[in-house]
Amino acid sequence: MGLSKTFSESDVSIHSTFASRYVRDSAAKHQMPENSTPKEVAYQMINDELMLDGKPRLNLASFVTTWMEPECDKLIMESMNKNYVDMDEYPVTTELQNRCVNMIAHLFNAPLEDSEAAVGVGTVGSSEAIMLAGLAFKRKWQNKRKAEGKPYDKPNIVTGANVQVCWEKFARYFEVELKEVKVREGYYVMDPVKAVEMVDENTICVAAILGSTYNGEFEDVKLLNDLLLQKNNETGWDTAIHVDAASGGFIAPFLYPELEWDFRLPLVKSINVSGHKYGLVYAGIGWIVWRGKDDLPEDLIFHIDYLGADQPTFTLNFSKGSSQIIAQYYQLIRLGFEGYRNIMENCHKNAMVLKDGLDKTGRFDILSKDVGVPVVAFSLKDRSRHDEFEVSELLRRFGWIVPAYTMPADAKHVSLLRVVIREDFSRTLAERLVIDITKVLQELDRLPAKNGGEVKNGKKSEDEIKRDIATHWKKIVMAKKTRIISCS
Amino acid sequence: MVISSTSKSDEQVSCTFASRYMRESLEKFKMPEQSMPKEAAYQIINDELMLDGAPRLNLASFVTTWMEPECDKLIMASVNKNYVDMDEYPVTTEIQNRCVNMIAHLFNAPVGEEETAVGVGTVGSSEAIMLAGLAFKRKWQHKRKLQGKPIDKPNIVTGANVQVCWEKFARYFEVELKEVKLKEGYYVMDPKKAVEMVDENTICVAAILGSTLTGEFEDVKLLNDLLTQKNKETGWDTPIHVDAASGGFIAPFLYPDLVWDFRLPLVKSINVSGHKYGLVYAGVGWVVWRSKEDLPEDLIFHINYLGADQPTFTLNFSKGSSQIIAQYYQFIRLGFQGYKDIMENCMMNAKVLKEGLEKTGRFSIVSKDIGVPLVAFSLKDGTQYTVFNISDSLRKFGWIVPAYTMPADAQHVAVLRVVIREDFSRGLAERLISDIDKVLKELDSFPSHVVTTKTAHVTVDDDQVGHNNKARKSEKEIQEEVTKHWKRFVEEKRTGVC
Repeated sequence: MGLSKTFSESDVSIHSTFASRYVRDSAAKHQMPENSTPKEVAYQMINDELMLDGKPRLNLASFVTTWMEPECDKLIMESMNKNYVDMDEYPVTTELQNRCVNMIAHLFNAPLEDSEAAVGVGTVGSSEAIMLAGLAFKRKWQNKRKAEGKPYDKPNIVTGANVQVCWEKFARYFEVELKEVKVREGYYVMDPVKAVEMVDENTICVAAILGSTYNGEFEDVKLLNDLLLQKNNETGWDTAIHVDAASGGFIAPFLYPELEWDFRLPLVKSINVSGHKYGLVYAGIGWIVWRGKDDLPEDLIFHIDYLGADQPTFTLNFSKGSSQIIAQYYQLIRLGFEGYRNIMENCHKNAMVLKDGLDKTGRFDILSKDVGVPVVAFSLKDRSRHDEFEVSELLRRFGWIVPAYTMPADAKHVSLLRVVIREDFSRTLAERLVIDITKVLQELDRLPAKNGGEVKNGKKSEDEIKRDIATHWKKIVMAKKTRIISCS
Repeated sequence: MVISSTSKSDEQVSCTFASRYMRESLEKFKMPEQSMPKEAAYQIINDELMLDGAPRLNLASFVTTWMEPECDKLIMASVNKNYVDMDEYPVTTEIQNRCVNMIAHLFNAPVGEEETAVGVGTVGSSEAIMLAGLAFKRKWQHKRKLQGKPIDKPNIVTGANVQVCWEKFARYFEVELKEVKLKEGYYVMDPKKAVEMVDENTICVAAILGSTLTGEFEDVKLLNDLLTQKNKETGWDTPIHVDAASGGFIAPFLYPDLVWDFRLPLVKSINVSGHKYGLVYAGVGWVVWRSKEDLPEDLIFHINYLGADQPTFTLNFSKGSSQIIAQYYQFIRLGFQGYKDIMENCMMNAKVLKEGLEKTGRFSIVSKDIGVPLVAFSLKDGTQYTVFNISDSLRKFGWIVPAYTMPADAQHVAVLRVVIREDFSRGLAERLISDIDKVLKELDSFPSHVVTTKTAHVTVDDDQVGHNNKARKSEKEIQEEVTKHWKRFVEEKRTGVC
């Protein structure tokens, strides 16, 4: 004679997640909950909230890889519990990193003998890589100045105003002055002539970008090298170059092998590249390579006895996962030179398809160049009624994330939209995007101007007045319609 | 009438181990010219990696090596999300903020019930410590500039038992490291000596909750009291940072009455590793500040990246989102009770191991009962062979148990250390003890083993180390050769029998 129990008292563990009481509670936000939660419930709650994040593959804002082959995913999951820094415990993983460094160094034409080990390291991203490179330059310069008996308290670095924020971070955190070469309308990268002019005795290095974040353009590193050589001859300062090839480093060698931008230029002493951009690995990996041992001061390297073995370490981060390093090696051997080239060629072609589609609408100026990182940067020809930020917002409704932003100083009045073409952005998606952008433009045309009619002569134009009247009448008509209760 | 064609077309059909990819030597210095099938690439890498140590048997590391399958699922699903795209992934960003709040409350930060805590997720405690150190350095510089005093010689006071990231911070950010030396029997920073070393250029004193070497908690309360006193006398206002990399997720659950966190007024920031007892895979750490005032605004960047305002104060920019989501999973899945249960299990298993080692009668236990669950032990008699030999021999059984020497001034003390993680059950503890027994018996049976003093320890200066090694080698080297010679004889005899 069993009496039926009430719902809340029967065995909780048999309830399906959505039948349980857990989905009635608010998610913990400020304090750890007192009690445990069944694992299925915890999984479901988090998974469900995350549904409201943007979709990574439709995030056209980012250069960072959003798709990898299932075989690689398998390797990633299997190495998730390996702490990369335990070099003594995981010697194969450490060796894989070394192989990647060597391959990348050779890709960048580092002056190495056949079996000579390259000088470089895997990092968490280009930010860390750049900080390490900057630190090496700073220390070298300090050592040089000390030897000369000169003051070393005011180091500076010369870059373009279009640098990614990590250079500014480096400058601020490591107390180096940032001397920026301003960009100008129509010329959105660092001008080598101006850069060399700014170099003085306190300059630790000049940083050039291969693949500007704003429009994907490659800076002219060769010209910079030649001009700087000349200046070094005159001054004896021996100022060096660092190339921030975060995005371009895995494009140029495959699409533009004749372009001289790497260690083929004698003044280039270090190069960083993001493994997680066109290195085609998920977020969390970058690489820094130095020309030779002399370019990495020994006193920055730590030899430690950690967990019982000697481990040389020159990174800011210590413990970190091994997955991305293994994934990078997978890509390098799985794709090989031809695989990377094929992918980059596809990206470039699809970028051209998008560019042509946008051109055809007749409403945009294209700000990106054909040569560079496969990116299409475009701005509205007519910005009087609506701007790029509105286009960006409306595109979100279709699921696309296309960012809008302004150029750096001194071209802040120029705003633009940018689409990054990654490996997984097929031609079909490019065509679909063009269609959706066209829809967005049509919709914007129907809407009143953003700032209530910002017109050149300060008055509302005749068209504006007409549109206002039409909208007014439309509202009246719509109101009448809603009052109709029955329909015939 | 089909003529069998050559391997090109069959390549797609042949199993990986039948293909030519298994015969060819893989390029190690240059990218291969051509692509290879994905199955082959997977197999080649997977197979080489079989020769790595087994992460779960790596008793050297504090870093988590096991998570529930549900969490693995969440991790894989978010592996393609770049955490820094805050505008694109607002929920992921919010999840980080929730974690920061929870950790701040766990550490008794003076934040209101619904107030947002000041803190950030990092890639590990190294980054967390660098950020904290940077904040202290900048605050100190501001203060000194106002006073019209020089700012060129900042220093930081810590114990010589600090983990290497403090030395990195000091060297990379040009701060002098003033280390309180240890002594035999006292392997953590002495608060009295630390406070003595504080001067007007000290940006902060760093205490460790869970010393890497012995798992011990430093007496932060005593440090706070002594430093408060000194601050009154000098007016320097020197603050404290607590490096709770391992202890931060132990103390609140096992020792809630231990006062070490923001309950002490001089503690301005705390870091903890999410990937140690936060029970998440490698790649996440946390730093929390007491309040907004403790994080100088000029260190925070507000950038227009990908079209939205993003405040950022981390060294790393792009990184995966997986570990942050995994941390939140653990917080809500386990809750306070769950973490407490796990830590209690770890302590029980550490006790089992400790008692088993004591029973052998051959070891002195160097770690304390209160602290991070680990067992550090040294040989009572180190003449015949050392802990380094034991460590090497244990590898044969699959265990990775590191041996190392203490830092200055106790370099003559060498220990083995076993870290008890969540996934180290009692069954494994008992098995380890029996394997250690076997190793001891084996080492006992060999005539005087070589003592290769590995005196490399956590400092920069390696010259001293090299000399010591060279001086001692001669006699022992001879002995070792003799032993090796005899060993070979014995082995041959064994293999001859069928």
